[in-house]
Amino acid sequence: MTVIVTQSLTKRYPRVTALDRLTVDITPGVTGLVGANGAGKSTLIKILLGLSPATEGDARVLGLDVATEGPAIRERVGYMPEHDCLPPDVSATEFVVHMARMSGLPPTAARERTADTLRHVGLYEERYRPMGGYSTGMKQRVKLAQALVHDPRLVLLDEPTNGLDPVGRDHMLDLIRRVHTDFGISVLVTSHLLGELERTCDHVVVVDGGRLLRSSSTSDFTQATAALAVEVTDTDAHPDGGAALLAALTTAGIAARPASAEGGLPGAGHVLLVEVAGEETYDLVRDAVADLGLGLVRMEQRQHHIAEVFQQHDSDTKGGSGHAG
Amino acid sequence: MQADPTHPGGGTSDTPGHAASIHNIGYRSYEGARLGRGYARRSLFAQSLRGGYGLGRSARSKVTPMLLFGIMCVPALVVVAVAIATGVDELPVDYRAYASFLAPVIGLYLAAMAPQSVSRDLRFRTVPLYFSRPIERVDYVLAKYAAMAAALFVFTAVPLLVLYAGALLGELDFAEQTRDLALGLVSVAVLSLVYAGIGLVVAALTPRRGFGVAAIIAVLTIPYFAVTTVQFIASESGGDGTAAVGWLGLASPGTLMSGFQAKFLGAPSDFPGRVVPSDAAGLCYLLLVLALVAGSYAVLMARYRKAGL
Repeated sequence: MTVIVTQSLTKRYPRVTALDRLTVDITPGVTGLVGANGAGKSTLIKILLGLSPATEGDARVLGLDVATEGPAIRERVGYMPEHDCLPPDVSATEFVVHMARMSGLPPTAARERTADTLRHVGLYEERYRPMGGYSTGMKQRVKLAQALVHDPRLVLLDEPTNGLDPVGRDHMLDLIRRVHTDFGISVLVTSHLLGELERTCDHVVVVDGGRLLRSSSTSDFTQATAALAVEVTDTDAHPDGGAALLAALTTAGIAARPASAEGGLPGAGHVLLVEVAGEETYDLVRDAVADLGLGLVRMEQRQHHIAEVFQQHDSDTKGGSGHAG
Repeated sequence: MQADPTHPGGGTSDTPGHAASIHNIGYRSYEGARLGRGYARRSLFAQSLRGGYGLGRSARSKVTPMLLFGIMCVPALVVVAVAIATGVDELPVDYRAYASFLAPVIGLYLAAMAPQSVSRDLRFRTVPLYFSRPIERVDYVLAKYAAMAAALFVFTAVPLLVLYAGALLGELDFAEQTRDLALGLVSVAVLSLVYAGIGLVVAALTPRRGFGVAAIIAVLTIPYFAVTTVQFIASESGGDGTAAVGWLGLASPGTLMSGFQAKFLGAPSDFPGRVVPSDAAGLCYLLLVLALVAGSYAVLMARYRKAGL
């Protein structure tokens, strides 16, 4: 059983190719769709909702053809847009009830489902107040609620963590996780940050320039991309501590590279990125630092950014990188 | 904010089934009816029609429509009271003339309500939420158009019913009053369709609400005064000028309605010199009314093509 299947899906606009022969299978669960801005994420969502015809190829959502069964798809799918979409002068309850009815729920069911759904996304007394006074976090919850109110079998969430502070972001990611685990609804969530999706998703699909870059389960991703940032001091014996550690690690058979090659990190000259092969890597790094007599300033898990996946991909193929962000 | 103490980190992705059993605070799936497009369209129509009188919204948004509705009905009540008290054998105001008598109030109502019906969804970008549901563009446009026309019809038809009730209480001729009321209702129905189309098109093309209000008032009044002025000049000059009065009436929404009902509904003409449009001009009135309704619908459809996701 697959939730979304696309077969060499292509969308060309007069001047740009938004999707280029995209072929993916998405299974039930939480799937992350990662890509830089303009990578084709929104175009894909439009096609999956049956609102924009594909130039070539085909796609099926919940077993329904996007080209011919759009209305049936939209009855069973929820959509949360990236942008603001809430009128400020109505309350969350009124708004979500109205949206439930637009999805075809009879009046009584619309009211009951609205009360339930708003409670599930964590909106309580404030749901009777006009939405103009809500915080960004509360607005995002209402947007999620309107996508869930008709109990869809799949929700498409477009950048749901946009504009949230770190705490709000964590809450939203937990909520998304629960949409699948507790509600039994499959989720396709887009983001330009791979790091936050790793925690939440079972599966991650990376697109760039409309092409499929990778599609694999999250555990594969973590193995392939996990990196340890190690910063050491210089000593009299080793005037360039970083270089000494790099040499030591390489002889110990651990893949490492200076972070300065990527730029970006502060004090990058002394930071090494060490690939984590398993638990023993941490011990080996510690021992190597101790043997050299260097001071270990920090050793931390790197926050994976989408750029890293692109860089790895590019170095695999042609080298160079144009995706700094 | 989230009353969820048992689940602080959310890092339970390895045991999803277990997490579900801890936190099941009762998500219920929905197995009931899904009533589809037709129902969604009717619901949107009902919601928009209620919105036309501020029902289901804040008390503040009820003030304008209710006040204008009151102003619309007061003259009818006065006419009825006077007619009954003095025992006249005919109402001093014709059913078909009532709407043109209170045209400024109708214009204000349209200018206030058409922008709130369509501009809000465009400005707050709610439109994509509709189109990600079974409802389609044609359903949205039809529901909004029909709701605006229905709101205007209620606005203009209720005073006529007040007049009719008064006429029957005053024991005026039943058959004649009923026939005139029916023609009056047809006249305000046509007016509602035409004005709703004009109001919605102008509102949908001006997403800022303030501009929408001003633009609708401008579209309804400026051509009207221009046309009536030119009609007077033509009428004064006599001869061919008198014939031109009928044709000139085509050039503004207000005079279009006057000419239409003078020609087809037997209303007393508002034009200078009581001119009634010729048969050829009358045909043009009819065609223009139809063209305005169809054109408004087409423009709205085109407007929402771009407003999708």
